[in-house]
Amino acid sequence: MSDSTSNKPASKGRRRFLIDSARTACGVGLLGLGIGIYSKSASSMAPMAIRPPGALDEADFLASCTRCGLCVRDCPYNILKLADVGDDVPTGTPYFMARTDPCEMCEDIPCIPVCPTGALDHALTNINDARMGLAVVVDQETCIAFLGLRCEVCFNVCPIRGDAITLDYRHNERSGKHALFIPIVHSDACTGCGLCERACILDEAAIKIFPMHLAKGELGKHYRLGWEKKNEAGESLVTPDQEHRYNLPEGMRYDHTGEGLIFDQANAPAMTTPDAAMQETPFSSNPLDTLKKGIQEAD
Amino acid sequence: MARYTVLGAEAIRKKGWWQAHKWLILRRISQIGILLLFMLGPWAGIWILKGNLSSSLLFDVVPMTDPFVFLQMLATGYGAIASEAVTGALIILAFYLLFGGRLFCSWVCPVNLVTDASFWLRRRLDIRTGANFLRNTKYWMLGMVLLVSAVSGTMVYELINPVSILHRGILFGMGVGWLVIAGIFLFDVFVAKRGWCTHLCPMGAFYGLLGKVSPIRVRADDRSKCDDCAECFVVCPEPQIIPAILKGEKKGIPPVILSGECTNCGRCIDICGKEVFHFGLRFDQSKAALSKQEKNAALLKQKL
Repeated sequence: MSDSTSNKPASKGRRRFLIDSARTACGVGLLGLGIGIYSKSASSMAPMAIRPPGALDEADFLASCTRCGLCVRDCPYNILKLADVGDDVPTGTPYFMARTDPCEMCEDIPCIPVCPTGALDHALTNINDARMGLAVVVDQETCIAFLGLRCEVCFNVCPIRGDAITLDYRHNERSGKHALFIPIVHSDACTGCGLCERACILDEAAIKIFPMHLAKGELGKHYRLGWEKKNEAGESLVTPDQEHRYNLPEGMRYDHTGEGLIFDQANAPAMTTPDAAMQETPFSSNPLDTLKKGIQEAD
Repeated sequence: MARYTVLGAEAIRKKGWWQAHKWLILRRISQIGILLLFMLGPWAGIWILKGNLSSSLLFDVVPMTDPFVFLQMLATGYGAIASEAVTGALIILAFYLLFGGRLFCSWVCPVNLVTDASFWLRRRLDIRTGANFLRNTKYWMLGMVLLVSAVSGTMVYELINPVSILHRGILFGMGVGWLVIAGIFLFDVFVAKRGWCTHLCPMGAFYGLLGKVSPIRVRADDRSKCDDCAECFVVCPEPQIIPAILKGEKKGIPPVILSGECTNCGRCIDICGKEVFHFGLRFDQSKAALSKQEKNAALLKQKL
């Protein structure tokens, strides 16, 4: 045991070192854990905060944005802000709020080339290709177009008017004689600039910009739209349908390519008018007769 | 042993007020001046420096990126970094490698203004108690920051980094962020002496690593004049690095502070009434060494 006594000072020092290291590692580790957990909640963006044009998807953006504010400085309309600590946007990162300060869609996109890291993608040179978010008509109950009133403000302020937002004319069931001018947003053209949201005349906008992942649905990867595939191939990709053989009275044909039922008038001189043809069908013109017939037969 | 009675009194008496405060004043001018250069843009439309300490543009041309932020970006595994950030990080890296790593801490970082104020108040209130941290805790912090970045894939530390929060907050405005800064201030006053900058800040740790090799150093060539007043020891933010150099003549330790922890703040130069310290190069410049070099050169010439 004489060895252990002679080693005592050294082992004391080593013990001290190990304990101090463990203490530091423990404290720093706990802090790291805290930051990590905080980052989880701090990284969840408020849905109303929109990234500048060309922003990478959120995970890559948070890995590459140095929070320097150069995009903020070079925005000629001063719409961009850097998030403060405790905001619903990760600290220091740039965003804008469409309702108050939408993106004016500058043609030269000055906020992008100053970004030193490419967190705003330098490859984006045409502002119409930007996808900051997507405008969504969120409330059909308050949007006055759905109430049958003329508004179309969102349609008219849209910088890609007629492509990103179009008007769909529908019958006004309430009045019975007017049209509804319904705004429809098209994701293939909408940049998410937010000019429509700012312009919306309601107290709370009925059209809002949402980040893409909130605004869009996504079709299952296994879906193939038959009609599109058919167009691409130029023909049906499955065995053609068996042509249905109708048991039609003489002088009538069925066209499978879209015409439907055809009265071959040349071959059927007796049926000169559609009225006459109707009388030739086995069905009554009054659907009630068919129902009554069923009841009578049951009796 | 000639312990000082009033801190800095001897230096002022012997060298005059300016010489006793020169580096401190220059340092404050640098710290505030850099902030002002950034503010000239938004205030007066004169864009000398644009952005903030994380990334900026000098005269709208020269890109600069903080290499510590850049390192976090690398740790996240993000691969497609644009060339401006790479160039910018290399420029700043080269600057601090040349002029002293933690030169950033004492001449540029805005948090230094806060923690120096804490240190001043701590001394005024004569608070001597506080938490003890290992000197190397900030290196653990640096490791933790890089680890958390790697695990999460995002620059997590930048969510709470007080240095970038303060600088960004001054330039771009902030509210709650001031609480973080107030926290740092109070922490340094009441919890630990020089707690943040000396013990915890991972940014300081990163620049400390750069400072290990930088050539511009504080030298103590006239260390024989030292009368043990210990004033330098009191004002130095990293006092543990001084005694070995000051008292190491017999052990053959060169009279130059080579530790990366030194922030090149120059306060020791100001406060010393004996003019022991001065800025110089890390290489041996004593007369004996210089004459040795000359002899070697002469020998070399003869041989040729």
